Amino acid sequence: MNAPLVGQPIERIEDLRLLRGAGCFTDDIAAPDALAAVILRSPLAHGLITRLDTEAAQKLPGVVSIITARTIGMPVPTIPLRLAPLAELVPYEQPVIAQDRVRYVGEPIAMVVATSAAIAEDALDLIELEIAPLPAIVTNDDAAAAAALLFPDSGSNLCITYTARLGDAAQEFPGAIIVEDDFSTQRHTAATMETRGLLARWDAARGHLTVHGAAKAPWAGRRMLARQLGLDEFSIDMIAVDVGGGFGMRGEFYPEDFLVPFAARHLDRPVKWIEDRREHLLSANHAREFDAHLQLILSPAGDILAVRGRARCNLGAYMRANASIAPRNVAQFFSGPYRIPNIAIDTDVFLTNKTPTGTYRGPGRFETDFFRERLLDLAAERLGMDRVVLRRRNLITSAQMPHPIATVSAPVKAEELDSGDYAETLDRCLGAIGWDRLQPLRGQRINGRHHGVAVGCFIEGGAAGPSEHARLELGADGMVDVFVGSSMVGQGLETVLLQISADALGLPMERLRIFHGSTTYLRIGFGSFHSRSTVMGGTAILNAATTLKEAIRAAAGRRLNCAPDEVLLGAGTATNPSGAIVNWAELAADVPAAPGQFDNHTHTYAYGAHAAHVGVDIATGHVEIFD
Amino acid sequence: MPTLPIDCTVNGAATHLDVAPRTILADALRQDLGLTGTHVGCAHGSCGACTILLDGAAVRSCLMLAVQAAGHAITTIEGLSNPDALTPLQAAFRKHGALQCGFCTPGMIVTAHALLSANPDADADTIRDMLSGNLCRCTGYISIIEAVLDARAAYQEARA
Repeated sequence: MNAPLVGQPIERIEDLRLLRGAGCFTDDIAAPDALAAVILRSPLAHGLITRLDTEAAQKLPGVVSIITARTIGMPVPTIPLRLAPLAELVPYEQPVIAQDRVRYVGEPIAMVVATSAAIAEDALDLIELEIAPLPAIVTNDDAAAAAALLFPDSGSNLCITYTARLGDAAQEFPGAIIVEDDFSTQRHTAATMETRGLLARWDAARGHLTVHGAAKAPWAGRRMLARQLGLDEFSIDMIAVDVGGGFGMRGEFYPEDFLVPFAARHLDRPVKWIEDRREHLLSANHAREFDAHLQLILSPAGDILAVRGRARCNLGAYMRANASIAPRNVAQFFSGPYRIPNIAIDTDVFLTNKTPTGTYRGPGRFETDFFRERLLDLAAERLGMDRVVLRRRNLITSAQMPHPIATVSAPVKAEELDSGDYAETLDRCLGAIGWDRLQPLRGQRINGRHHGVAVGCFIEGGAAGPSEHARLELGADGMVDVFVGSSMVGQGLETVLLQISADALGLPMERLRIFHGSTTYLRIGFGSFHSRSTVMGGTAILNAATTLKEAIRAAAGRRLNCAPDEVLLGAGTATNPSGAIVNWAELAADVPAAPGQFDNHTHTYAYGAHAAHVGVDIATGHVEIFD
Repeated sequence: MPTLPIDCTVNGAATHLDVAPRTILADALRQDLGLTGTHVGCAHGSCGACTILLDGAAVRSCLMLAVQAAGHAITTIEGLSNPDALTPLQAAFRKHGALQCGFCTPGMIVTAHALLSANPDADADTIRDMLSGNLCRCTGYISIIEAVLDARAAYQEARA
């Protein structure tokens, strides 16, 4: 067999279509029979809907239907938490359409379905909407002061407090140095190049719904949609096509993921909705808006003894499907790769009249990494220690693993760092940027820019969560079809998983085809998030490949009159000890489809270090990244 | 909605379209002609994904009405591609890992093609300036600049 493909720089197979503009993103699916949906969204951050009159809009030629909460039937369904669900969060789930109250600019109020998107947009202007404004809760301070309540029945805008605990951070630390400060991180949003979009078809005769535009976790979305629509899960197909960027935002269940399929079934017509950029910025998950007051407690020699403090998450208007993750992570991952024996961090999660938030590129870790690394710089300054020396002194060593990290309240799960050499990544990072050479530039003003150099260390979770599934099928053409639950979110999944498949089977990549991310391919599957698809989907494929090769050996043994373990497998061939040979293609009818599954419910943590050299123009605030 | 007839050339073929006056060129290309390689990322002229060639110049098809294309020659990513082999720019993008999700890529290729056709010797600063109107959210831009620099040789040869 040739050198393994895994580890080789392979030119990606998906590039061949994407470079030619021949990919198929959701809006590229030809659907001339589809109606177009557009959504009336709240122009106010907070208020009570006092009038919603769709009569004039309904009369516009080309308008087929205008769907409101009344069409769906009140109370309308809400969107459940996909990750870390808790009973106490249920009251804050987002309804799929506003009923009597709007809580953020962009909240869906009505959906117009028409023969073209242009006509549907014309009709939006004819809907008569009146909203009696309520005070808008914008900041965490506003939310705490509670001049208005987003959910009056709850009596507070505090949705939940997550606590992270390790050891006893409340104890006295005689003679210790306390470094403390306030921190904040601003809101971000994914702004994927391709906006969201869906195409739903209802087959009334079969009672079957097909939804194109699924991504990330199609099986979970199907389960939620089935429950909301009162359908059997297997009456719904979620189809994934090319995806123009995920970043954690795409593929979670949003209001439109109910509204568009609902409309298709309600009208018995295909319905397509393509988000426009303004809608994307208003309605797709935001992220990152935290503030914190934290104390880092150190011995005079520079050993971290404890951290304690409080972070606050500006959640936005609802607790969306994956919104619990960032506030949990801010508390749990403050310690990062460092030895901090005593931890007490609480994260208050506040409801505000902003777009709801969700996961985005290292949710919660980006925020808490900044808080921690800044505190370490402040501590180094206070102690008169070198910043790198202080960090290296406190990094967890390989010998100290497994090392526990803080446990977060609800749902409780003990976590540990099981392996790694954190000091090595720090050293390599400093070497790569030329840390020593850059030190004299720190604080210098050169050509109007003040130079700064900094380094930080981090851990990043991944490769865990629900089981992933795969199935391999040998065809009579000698090709092996690879079916996997992992979904493509623009990350090059097809090439990676085919590299793994080809190595496992000893076949060239050209002899394999990959089918991924649609519920039609596997009865059970999961998807791509939490940096998991290579490990989870790839290992499910490896397990399936073992089963497939056993089946090929068994079939070849019968054909070649030898025991299965005497069969030597080559690239698409099977040989017996006397040299008789049969091609896999000839065995296809005797080789059943091979399922594979991989489970890893233990969180594992990758790690790294990052250094930057920047120049800040004090007059304009412009930051230039030099390295 | 009444339509207006227009005649233009699209990827070398004489093309007749009947379009509503308010239809943007990007929508006409995608919906009426099925040329879905031209992607609409923002419809505001901000992202560059919908870039096409209009008489050889890189323009945003979301900022033009389809009726304005009457009498002009349009080239889309499909017109810059062939099924047999990747073009030098496409091959360079692949080699340098200059794409991930691929949604911005047609606009990048079309813009870079316009630049290198006019100036095969473009330096990194010129390339960076030309591509500054094309947004990518996945790769960052370094690999894209490297790919365009690498593709220059083929355009220099074509000139010679």
